[in-house]
Amino acid sequence: MPEWLSLLAWGDTGWGDEMVRGALVTLQVAVVAFALGVVIGAGGAAVKLSRVPGLPLLGDVYTTLIRGIPDLITIYIIFFGGGQLAMSVARLFGHTGYIEIDALTTGVSALSVISGAYSTEVIRGAVMAVPKGQIEAAKACGMSRWTLFRRILVPQVARYALPGLGNVWQLTLKDTSLISVVGLTEIMRQAFVASGSTKQPFTFFVSAAVLYLALTSLSNKVFNGAEIWANRGVRRA
Amino acid sequence: MLRFDEPWTLFLEILGGVPNTVSLALASLVLGFVLAVGLALMRLSPWKPVAWLAYAYVYFFRSTPLLVQIFLIYYGTGQFEGLRESWAWPFFREAYWCAMLALTLNTTAYTSEIIRGGLQAVPWGQVEAAKACGMNAILRLRRVIFPQAIRQALPGYGNEIVLMVKSTSLASTITLLEITLIARKDASSTYTLDALVIAAAIYLFINLLATRGVAWLEYRLSPELREARILKALPDPGLSHVH
Repeated sequence: MPEWLSLLAWGDTGWGDEMVRGALVTLQVAVVAFALGVVIGAGGAAVKLSRVPGLPLLGDVYTTLIRGIPDLITIYIIFFGGGQLAMSVARLFGHTGYIEIDALTTGVSALSVISGAYSTEVIRGAVMAVPKGQIEAAKACGMSRWTLFRRILVPQVARYALPGLGNVWQLTLKDTSLISVVGLTEIMRQAFVASGSTKQPFTFFVSAAVLYLALTSLSNKVFNGAEIWANRGVRRA
Repeated sequence: MLRFDEPWTLFLEILGGVPNTVSLALASLVLGFVLAVGLALMRLSPWKPVAWLAYAYVYFFRSTPLLVQIFLIYYGTGQFEGLRESWAWPFFREAYWCAMLALTLNTTAYTSEIIRGGLQAVPWGQVEAAKACGMNAILRLRRVIFPQAIRQALPGYGNEIVLMVKSTSLASTITLLEITLIARKDASSTYTLDALVIAAAIYLFINLLATRGVAWLEYRLSPELREARILKALPDPGLSHVH
């Protein structure tokens, strides 16, 4: 067995199982952060498109800040400031103890805030792509606001937003690697630890790259399938 | 959370990281652009293995995190004794050059896709017309295809510039003292956010300058759209249908 292969063996002798476990952590963080990001994005799009004075500006500030500041800085701000923020919120409710936020919470919240900003732009664009005439027609048919939202807006916004959200997913998945800097043992952290103890950094960072390639390629397939499914009722020219 | 003492001193200290950040971004953008033009032409090559090679390159660099690419080049190359003893080692030993190499290879992949989109947007009829006029391949590229492709690609390239400025912050993970590392060191020794907030503001300012610059370039390069925009902004004198 070549040396690099035995390094990646399963069990106590190699790092194969540790690397795969890291990949599962990466996947979990990415899925949760992406899902929360879509929720933030839907809210953000509503804020940006609202007619309440001041609200759209607030949305602009959010997306401009997040998209203009390096993700690493956002992560550090949440890492160094999150615990203190949580403590001051807790103090309002009479809780005075010390709160420490773990790496997983830091990572998930930072990535949600980041992917939320990108999702906001994608969903906003998708809402604006729904023809105005359809909204007017639905109102003329006597649909309530909720029925209009559920039957006219959501199905079409979902379809228009899918390709853009696919990009946001890829971005979030790759951004999880940055969480390694606050100590979460995902792929990168695991590869870093393994290369430190075996002195074979190239082997482990190539393995990390292969794991990311596998994750991005597989999820790309899922999104392509979802796009075909969402467009099943649309006639192609 | 914020300590507010001597913000000016802190600002100057972080400003010391700007040369590293900006030179990294600039150098890799310029080098990456040149390489990207070649890569885009390779991807559009009728010779399949060449096109496939370019596709594989783009696929790898777009599907893996930049952090992996930086670590592979900075830490990964140290695994090979042959390289450690060769003339190239002074280069691979330095965090600055490793970061620049990783950023360059990375932006080459993204930029080549932007340029490819621009090249493909040039109407084929124009290429045929240029051929009919007797232009050779180089002249066609220089006079007909590139000038239009560049204009088409400029908005997308503006995004890439902002992404690259942000990406330079990853060089902090391999010990390069640029804006992010200086700010992070202060944050972890004082447990306050002042330095990080200042760093964020500096990045925002650099990105603002970059987007303004691209907008200015777009304006300069598209006089034909400019006229229309002015006409639209003026109150309609009732002559707009003449245009």
